Amino acid sequence: MNQIKQLVNGVLKGNHRSIAKTITLIENNPTEAQKAVSKLYPHTGKAHIIGITGPTGSGKSTLIKRLVEELRKKRKRVGIIAVDPSSPFTGGAFLGDRIRMQKLSTDKEVFIRSMATRNSPGGLARATRDAVKVLDASGKDVVIVETVGAGQSEVDIIKIAHTVVVVLAPGLGDDIQAIKAGMMEIGDIFVVNKADRENADEAVIDIETMLNLSSEKEKWKPPVIKTTAAKGEGTTELLNHINQHMKCLKKESFDTQRRQKAETELVEAIKQKTTDSIIDELRRKGELEKLVEKILAKETDPYSAADTLLEERLKGFKTHR
Amino acid sequence: MSTKRKIRIVVAKPGLDSHDRGAKVIARAFRDAGMEVIYTGLWQTPEQIVETALQEDADVVALSILSGAHMTLFPKITKLMKQKGLNDILVLGGGVIPDEDIPALKKIGIAEVFGPDTPTNTIIKFIKKHTQKT
Repeated sequence: MNQIKQLVNGVLKGNHRSIAKTITLIENNPTEAQKAVSKLYPHTGKAHIIGITGPTGSGKSTLIKRLVEELRKKRKRVGIIAVDPSSPFTGGAFLGDRIRMQKLSTDKEVFIRSMATRNSPGGLARATRDAVKVLDASGKDVVIVETVGAGQSEVDIIKIAHTVVVVLAPGLGDDIQAIKAGMMEIGDIFVVNKADRENADEAVIDIETMLNLSSEKEKWKPPVIKTTAAKGEGTTELLNHINQHMKCLKKESFDTQRRQKAETELVEAIKQKTTDSIIDELRRKGELEKLVEKILAKETDPYSAADTLLEERLKGFKTHR
Repeated sequence: MSTKRKIRIVVAKPGLDSHDRGAKVIARAFRDAGMEVIYTGLWQTPEQIVETALQEDADVVALSILSGAHMTLFPKITKLMKQKGLNDILVLGGGVIPDEDIPALKKIGIAEVFGPDTPTNTIIKFIKKHTQKT
């Protein structure tokens, strides 16, 4: 417990080493990490969380670097979490987002951490969410989460954010049309990066068209802007839109969003703990094995088995039938 | 419940050295061996490398250098690591480093130097052996 106290104190002071160690704990030992995260939780809620997603090659990392430069001019403290996929075969990962941001490494008010998806469904979202909490509690004004947005997990992570920026680039193989429907729904701001390339204007029109066709977002109409991150163009405009979005959120739906997030997190925590504790126990007692045998012998089916099990275990509880 | 630990390794290119093919080959080999590799890119200062290792909570730092500046840069890096309290990190050297420099490098904290043509498996075995934690 002493180690946890030390880590928590260090995080609250903004100490980078403590932040780093706490994030490692979150990744490797969620049960232990929970103790730290619980203590840090009351200190969260101040940071503006920005999700940056989009296909590989759209220039997200370079754009983030420019954004952070702008934020630093305004003396904002920034945390960045860059998520990259783990190989499903080897379990390893090449975490290369930092390359574009390395000049920021020695800025004392900027903290950059690379996280791998580690092929753990649901686990990634939780680890990233907790890492964001650590950065929030440590005093960062802005926390940026970067993902490729390819799988469900990554889309889930993006939902952690207050503001989601979808970054696209012209000529990335498929048409703009081919971007997943999911991205159109979650984006609060759309960016066509590498706007010095051909077809940038067409890309903007394509996105605007799709946005008009999809369901109305109530009070906020997602803008589509052009940037050329490599040259540093368009970043100021992007930051203005991001700030405007936060203003709009605060006026309209901030409380609703906060409420929804708290509920989502609670439900997920309950789900995970129930599953973990029940299944762990069943395995240990060999009950899971017994039920599998019954299923194989067609004496029962998975759903009925689960019903019976839960009702036996949770007295008076009735499952959905 | 604790998930399986991953070895986190920072592959860094210190100084004014633009030859990164070897570093990238090694980085891929580490990834294929199940490690999480943070590649810093070229032209890193000692401060950038050490800060990266700190923020990424790295288990290993692999320094790749072909410019001959290892006797200047490596000691700066290990000294800075000590100053920041990063005492548990395994530091390795690779690239073009003459054999006669190796003893001096080991004295300042480089655990081992792996020259070109070292089979990647050898390096991986070394890392796995020296990062075993309870």
